[in-house]
Amino acid sequence: MRLPNWISSHLAALRAMLVFTLLLGLAYPLLMVAIGQIPGLKDKADGSLIYDDKGNVIGSSLIGQAYTDADGAALKQYFQSRPSAAGDGYDPLASGASNLGPENIVDTLADPANPEESGAPSLLTQVCARSVEIGEREGVDGSRPYCTDAGVGAVLGVFRAEGLTGAITRVVSLNEDCASTPAPFMATYEGVTVECAKFGEDYAKALVTPIRGDAPADPAVPADAVSASGSGLDPHISVAYAELQAKRIAKERGMDVTAVEKLIEDNTTGRFLGFMGEPAVNVVELNLALDKARPYAS
Amino acid sequence: MSTTTAGYVFIAAMIVALIAVYKPLGDYIYRVVTREKHRAPERFVYKLVGVKADTEQTWGGYARSVLAFSALSIFFLYGLQRLQEHLPWSNGMAEVPAALSWNTAVSFTTNTNWQAYSGESTMGHLVQMAGLAVQNFVSAAVGVAVAIVLVRGFARKLTDRLGNFWVDLTRITIWVLLPIAIVGAVVLIIGGAVQNLTAETVTQAGQHITGGPVASQEVIKELGTNGGGFYNANSAHPFENPTSWTNFFEIFLILCVPFALTRTFGRMVGDKRQGLAIAGVMAVIALASVLLVVGFENAADGTVPTAIGAAMEGREVRFGTPNSSFFAAATTLTSTGAVDSFHDSYSAWGGGVLTLNMLLGEVAPGGVGAGLYGMLVLAVITVFVAGLMVGRTPEYLGKKIGAREIKLASMYFLTTPALVLIGLAASISVPDNLTSMQDKGTHGLSEMLYAFASASNNNGSAFAGFSANTDWFNTALGLCMFFGRFLPIIFVLALAGSLAKQKATPASEGTFPTHKPLFVGMVVFTTLILVALTFLPVLALGPVAEGLF
Repeated sequence: MRLPNWISSHLAALRAMLVFTLLLGLAYPLLMVAIGQIPGLKDKADGSLIYDDKGNVIGSSLIGQAYTDADGAALKQYFQSRPSAAGDGYDPLASGASNLGPENIVDTLADPANPEESGAPSLLTQVCARSVEIGEREGVDGSRPYCTDAGVGAVLGVFRAEGLTGAITRVVSLNEDCASTPAPFMATYEGVTVECAKFGEDYAKALVTPIRGDAPADPAVPADAVSASGSGLDPHISVAYAELQAKRIAKERGMDVTAVEKLIEDNTTGRFLGFMGEPAVNVVELNLALDKARPYAS
Repeated sequence: MSTTTAGYVFIAAMIVALIAVYKPLGDYIYRVVTREKHRAPERFVYKLVGVKADTEQTWGGYARSVLAFSALSIFFLYGLQRLQEHLPWSNGMAEVPAALSWNTAVSFTTNTNWQAYSGESTMGHLVQMAGLAVQNFVSAAVGVAVAIVLVRGFARKLTDRLGNFWVDLTRITIWVLLPIAIVGAVVLIIGGAVQNLTAETVTQAGQHITGGPVASQEVIKELGTNGGGFYNANSAHPFENPTSWTNFFEIFLILCVPFALTRTFGRMVGDKRQGLAIAGVMAVIALASVLLVVGFENAADGTVPTAIGAAMEGREVRFGTPNSSFFAAATTLTSTGAVDSFHDSYSAWGGGVLTLNMLLGEVAPGGVGAGLYGMLVLAVITVFVAGLMVGRTPEYLGKKIGAREIKLASMYFLTTPALVLIGLAASISVPDNLTSMQDKGTHGLSEMLYAFASASNNNGSAFAGFSANTDWFNTALGLCMFFGRFLPIIFVLALAGSLAKQKATPASEGTFPTHKPLFVGMVVFTTLILVALTFLPVLALGPVAEGLF
């Protein structure tokens, strides 16, 4: 019996689907798994796992870790990784980035009447807050452009008489909540007194105006230290950020700064062939080397 | 070496690598798709599938086979996701919800790989291997097959036979994609990509280190310009893209086949210079775009990038800004959509160029196959425009571009703008949809524009701050992916059918030479003008307004 054309072509499609599923969906990946078991490749195919003396897995040299205590505060005896947007930080079950845009600069304020609505900091405020925190921890200037000294985004909402133009009628510091700010970061803007922000007030008509301030364009706290990575699992920090932390580590562990710097150097990968990527310090391996060189006694 | 210099050396090295494989890879694909004799492994597949390998199809028959195969693929992938908890290697993942299964099935079958889910928490190893990775191969092979049919349309004369879909599909898969994938997967494993069947390893401190057949999927995801990541973080994840040199290798995999196919095209039409000219058009647009994205991101304009001091939000330290930006340009210039850095955090201008790359129709060099057929359609439109200027019947490669041909080319070109603009306009007029935007105003519009550009052009990358996982957007973007893939394919096959029927017109003195720099320049400008006229208003309201204010 001759089948109609459309049925026979669907039958061919079905058989092709099954053949390709067996070949490409099972044989090929399983062959690659088998090849991955060859000595030399096996460690890598299994995830570059790191074991302790007793044979327990303590991490992967490719997957970053958070060196914080149960409350999320930095453990000062360890080199700190970058901020992470993966789950609560460095959670491989929720890899990913913040996906916040370049003009994500206005915070959502907390609702005083509803403790569930704790507000959400903008990307700018997150960056400013991290910079101030790291500056304090490492004993350097944590100021950055468009940030207040207190570590929130320096952003004004400017109301003008005719909307976009005309005399300034009112100025609000959008990220400084009256509930927690003693005084806005600047007293006046073009002669008009700056107010703090109140939850529930409508600032939609204000022109959002970030204030550059006089912080250096090249801040003391490096860029990678205040920005979340793409994967949220970045095992690396820049050489600059590692060197910034060396003094604190040396002090906490009673080591020589040069010894710490030597460890940083040992755990730095340069650009591949001199031009691919950026020099990077592997924090996971560096902290392990640190524990080995000078175990920390709290 | 400064970061900026290293970034430019990286680009130069990539150009050298692509030039090095252009001829051998292009010639190899030529031999695979034109070989008369069927080799033993192929004959075995034909027997299993039950097709007569020596029977060639008309364009209509070919189109029916493409659609039948794709429809079956969608149902198969849908079923696999729905049943995953009852199948082996599910890693304890539950069945995938119906709407999401549908979206994912369409997404992977259309070579889009838009992902409304997070891989590590939704898909077990079986769905990843036997479902998603299979589509990564075959959807790429379908793209190449359709491009080859269009080239046959130019190369053949006075026939309605254009090849056999099952033969093309089989050969491209087992002789082109699979061997490169096997070698490439080993290379990635050497770099540190994971390849096992472990669900996860829990460390002393309680971190869950994930496992899975990652390398085998990563390589075809780039090679087939698919883009669907094993993990949510895609190629930014250290297990998918562990080092700065695997990053180079992955960009190379994305670009090598689309560029090499122009050589295959040149060989098939019997004039290698024609292939070089098309490669030239692709290269001019691609290089300009890469330099723009890298330049804008190095400048790190915008409030937050200025505060950070560099465009490092959403980027990995091991790649750095320039190489991440190159990856972003490559992934949007092709239909890949894999990301090693997160586009939503790009500066207004950088993100705008990425959007523009997709709106260009992904032709420079475009998705595997899709880029070549897209560019050939633009070449047809260009000779038509040139013909209008001098008042001659336009010809391309010895074929007259008559009313039927130009109608099909126009319909091809108009499909994606219609999907993007109608989808965007309809979405924005429903107030509820605005809550999906992360920021109100210009960046929000950029996000939504990016989503529709990505779906309609089968890219799959996203401004991921945009909440696309709603009923409206799952449906609307699913339809864009579906029609954005299959309508152009039907128009291209019809165009091939109509070209193949003609006799060859020998070149005369009045024929516009299509292998010279003048033609390259004309195609570049035709592409830019067509796209600019179509999308300037919406770009002005989105990325341009965002960059200026």
